[in-house]
Amino acid sequence: MTPLIEERLRQIAERYPDKGAAVLPALYIAQEVYGWLSLEAIKKVSETLNLPDAFVRGVATFYHMYRNKPLGRHLIQICTNVSCMIFGGERLVDLLRERYGLTPGGTTEDGRFSLIIMECIGACDMSPAMLVDRDLHGRLNEDNIFEILKRYE
Amino acid sequence: MEPFLLKGIDNPGSATIETYKGIGGYGSLHKALSMQPQEIIDEVRRSGLRGRGGAGFPTGMKWAFASADPKFPKYLICNADEGEPGTFKDRVILEKKPHLLIEGMIIAGHALRAEKGYIYLRGEYAFLKDTIERAIKEAYEEGYLGENILGKGIIFDLYIHLGAGAYICGEETALIESLEGKRGQPRIKPPFPVNVGAFSMPTIINNVETLSNIPYIISIGAEEYSRIGSKECPGPKLFSVSGHVERPGVYELPMGTILKEIIYNHCGGIRGGKNLKAVIPGGISTPVLPPDMIDVPMDFVNICRYGSMLGSGGVMVFDETTCLVRVCYRAIKFFEHESCGKCTPCREGTGWLSSILGRIEKGMGREGDIDLLLDVAGNMSGKTFCPLGDGAAMVVQGFIRHFRAEFEEHIIDKRCRFG
Repeated sequence: MTPLIEERLRQIAERYPDKGAAVLPALYIAQEVYGWLSLEAIKKVSETLNLPDAFVRGVATFYHMYRNKPLGRHLIQICTNVSCMIFGGERLVDLLRERYGLTPGGTTEDGRFSLIIMECIGACDMSPAMLVDRDLHGRLNEDNIFEILKRYE
Repeated sequence: MEPFLLKGIDNPGSATIETYKGIGGYGSLHKALSMQPQEIIDEVRRSGLRGRGGAGFPTGMKWAFASADPKFPKYLICNADEGEPGTFKDRVILEKKPHLLIEGMIIAGHALRAEKGYIYLRGEYAFLKDTIERAIKEAYEEGYLGENILGKGIIFDLYIHLGAGAYICGEETALIESLEGKRGQPRIKPPFPVNVGAFSMPTIINNVETLSNIPYIISIGAEEYSRIGSKECPGPKLFSVSGHVERPGVYELPMGTILKEIIYNHCGGIRGGKNLKAVIPGGISTPVLPPDMIDVPMDFVNICRYGSMLGSGGVMVFDETTCLVRVCYRAIKFFEHESCGKCTPCREGTGWLSSILGRIEKGMGREGDIDLLLDVAGNMSGKTFCPLGDGAAMVVQGFIRHFRAEFEEHIIDKRCRFG
């Protein structure tokens, strides 16, 4: 890792009495730097924190929001849990397949979008809802979802 | 009632320290720092505050246990892993009034003599990280965090620890595992976190809303606080209401408010003037209620007489167009996805419930499927390592108890009249 990343990790590790606790933030940083948690990314985290590779890989694969395979430039995260489902969340997933050829876990051919299905993202007051990268979008419908996605290059 | 938790959330810049102080914010901190830690714990005990995450454990009692443990350092963790489907009340506090939470945490830190606090923020709320970080920075600049707070020699540092998408990390011991940098699988209890928690030290984990009540208790005192709401469960409660109501949203109401009042008076009734079919009262893990049970007072104690639970207070309202078999199936799929895999009855049980319900929902149900569902649920309830498995079992039991005919119609007639 470049010194800047190691410095960031060092500062983060200082917040905890045990630097192993920095694994979760470290994985986010590695994901940012490498684009996804490749074996190379995992090894950089495990080396920096002095932990076994397999252990770090085990943590990475437990959590839904770590990218354990290469994904597109923008991650569409649509909620299909109950409050969003009854307002058409699943229909929006179908629309993305129809319009972009996008399936859950997949990426568009041009590498622009990937899609993952989410469990409740806490936006039930504006269902159906989705996150795109770190942005929350609610009150989605068949038209505005594409207007919103246009903003993501 | 006069809102306290949600007071001022519509003010532009409500998340800034300036606006928060403008509505009286941090007044309680000044008061609390001239109290002894034990005094604060006693006040919280007398207030009758019960945890607002879903389990409803008496907060003062939890604090007393941690305080009585001789080991130091102690840690304070805010459980901001709000993942219970149908719940979004903590999001509103984190987004619009992070200083309320911060003030509550500093007071709690003082009461527990903890010098480090962590806000375990769910990964899905990463969009709020900047807002909360800015608020924390403002608090440091004001001398409310760090060393020698308000010149009283008290130390408290506050950090955010971002989760990465795992409902199970809302369970306190799984949260601790995740904080420590591991897979979020629950630990055996006892020992309880109050004795052996984060980094093996005494730890208090409280929900966002619970900690947000602390400044209120300090401000008006335990006695006046305990007069709000119902006798067994005092205080204000944030209800997250979603589904087929005219006005979904977060509502601050006294504990014990009647569910019918929440739906029809506050939320404008069923949208489009349709009829109510079912309500889930407290987030997806709580047993569903039919329309003839909405006279239930919404607090931890009274709702048990109706065969359900208050949980997180996430009210999910379904009108007459809803297929409840589909709702039940989707709910179980959620538990299946989120099962951590540690214990067999949950890992296998959620899988089987999901596959049986999947067949039923698609018109491939078989005679005996309902009994099979109840049998699997029965082998999960009370037999799993943590309450996630109980949640899944109770969901299935609740839907079948009140809406069996709809399941039978799907199986026998292979048809669905709704959805």
